[in-house]
Amino acid sequence: MLTSLRRIVKTGFINFWRNAYVASSSIFVLTVTLFVIGSAMFFNQLLITSLSIIQSKVDINVYFDVNASSEDVNKIISELKTMPDVKSVEYIPKDVVYERYRERNKDNKVVMQALEELDGNPMGDVAAIQAKDPSKYQKISDFLESKKKEMGGVIDNINYLQTKKAIDKLTTIINVVKKATFVIAGVLLVAAVLITFNTIRLAIYTAREEIVIMRLVGAGNSFIRGPFLLQGMFYGFISACIAMLIFYPILTWLGPRTEVFFGLNIYDYYIDNLSNFFVVLAGFGVVLGFVSSFLAVSRYLRV
Amino acid sequence: MIVFNNVSKDYKNGKSGRGGVLKDINFKISPGEFVSIVGHSGAGKTTLLKMIIVEDRPTTGEILFDKINVHRIPRRKLPRYRRKIGVIFQDFKLLPHKTAYENIAFAMEVNGRSDRDIAENVPQALSLVDLEDKVNSFPHELSGGEKQRVAIARAIANQPNIIIADEPTGNLDPVATYEVVQILRKINDMGTTVIMTTHNKGIIDEIERRVITMDDGMIIRDDMKGKYIL
Repeated sequence: MLTSLRRIVKTGFINFWRNAYVASSSIFVLTVTLFVIGSAMFFNQLLITSLSIIQSKVDINVYFDVNASSEDVNKIISELKTMPDVKSVEYIPKDVVYERYRERNKDNKVVMQALEELDGNPMGDVAAIQAKDPSKYQKISDFLESKKKEMGGVIDNINYLQTKKAIDKLTTIINVVKKATFVIAGVLLVAAVLITFNTIRLAIYTAREEIVIMRLVGAGNSFIRGPFLLQGMFYGFISACIAMLIFYPILTWLGPRTEVFFGLNIYDYYIDNLSNFFVVLAGFGVVLGFVSSFLAVSRYLRV
Repeated sequence: MIVFNNVSKDYKNGKSGRGGVLKDINFKISPGEFVSIVGHSGAGKTTLLKMIIVEDRPTTGEILFDKINVHRIPRRKLPRYRRKIGVIFQDFKLLPHKTAYENIAFAMEVNGRSDRDIAENVPQALSLVDLEDKVNSFPHELSGGEKQRVAIARAIANQPNIIIADEPTGNLDPVATYEVVQILRKINDMGTTVIMTTHNKGIIDEIERRVITMDDGMIIRDDMKGKYIL
């Protein structure tokens, strides 16, 4: 058994080496397939990161009335902090709000003039609330609305619905893009897999006469099939290595650009997850090579 | 050793005996015989040999090899059966990406022989066919005669009891033809049964062994010391 296995492995290596021309076409096609898979994985990660960043921008800003007492403000903030859905509450005193507003609008002469003409600080305290889950903002908003009615004159404005619409729209766009990418990647992947299968099948077609000869000489199925399966697996492994090498310069160039646009440096992501990424690509390549070879050889094993 | 009982093969209408490739073939081959099967193209010679190695199946009748009906052997056990027979083809059927040594070694590897056995026996087989200096040559580097000699060496590598040769000299020049026939005679002299199909009148007349003459799927003559009569 071990001797047969050793012979199968040795024959697989030798056949791979001696059929370099045929091997190169299979490896080329497999590399393209794995490149498509890898690209889909990277793009998916960029979208996930973008979505996560956008969702983290969602918060609720509560603008307290300029005349609200600090006890009332603190009471509401304390109640917010005890809510299980609330992740954090940032309390911004009115003075800080005023200074930030001046700083943001320092180049706007109309706003600055208006502020000069006002007597004192026209702004109230602000609380910036972040939820543990974006789906909980509505609940927090409803709580604040009820507090606004209950404690009249304390809460001036709850800024959620205005930004929510914009963020929801962005989230929808990203989700649609994600689904479209998934479908397109899926179609490309199926096409690439079929092309890979046919290429390997063609490679084995050139060896059909050999398979018949081996059968007539008395070789069993596993002895015939084994080297071809191993060759298929070699193709997959080598293709994965080549795909990884191709990604390196591309992602090096793309990294800074994706960081600006998507908020993720894809090169850093690639380096940080190098081994995982290689395992996925190599695994897929080896399995694809194996299955393609298995199916292709089987049709010639019926003499 | 080999017995054909009422064997017929019909590709056309599936009914035996009516316009088929083989029609009601009956004969026996004993161990150690050298049998030549002669006939025009289309007589059914190759089909008859294919039946023995189960490359084709009869429409009716049975073929016994050492009293076992070869066409009742389960598919998964066919490889084991085929290893008992050394086969030589007109078109050599060598594995093109293996050297002469590796082609012969392959036949022994499928038989589960050890590396030591292979290392001992392959050079002996090559020596028997006078190809010691072609050990590392690939088939495309060999002449027709040399290829056929490698094929013979492969066929005898596992010391089978029977060699089946389908037109072994069909693609060879007269010198190579003579060499191949001499090797087959030598093998037969060592006790191996040889069944050979051929068109070559000269070989038949020279060998002076049993000749089965076929015509239109039937055996028309079976002479123990036959001549080529067609």
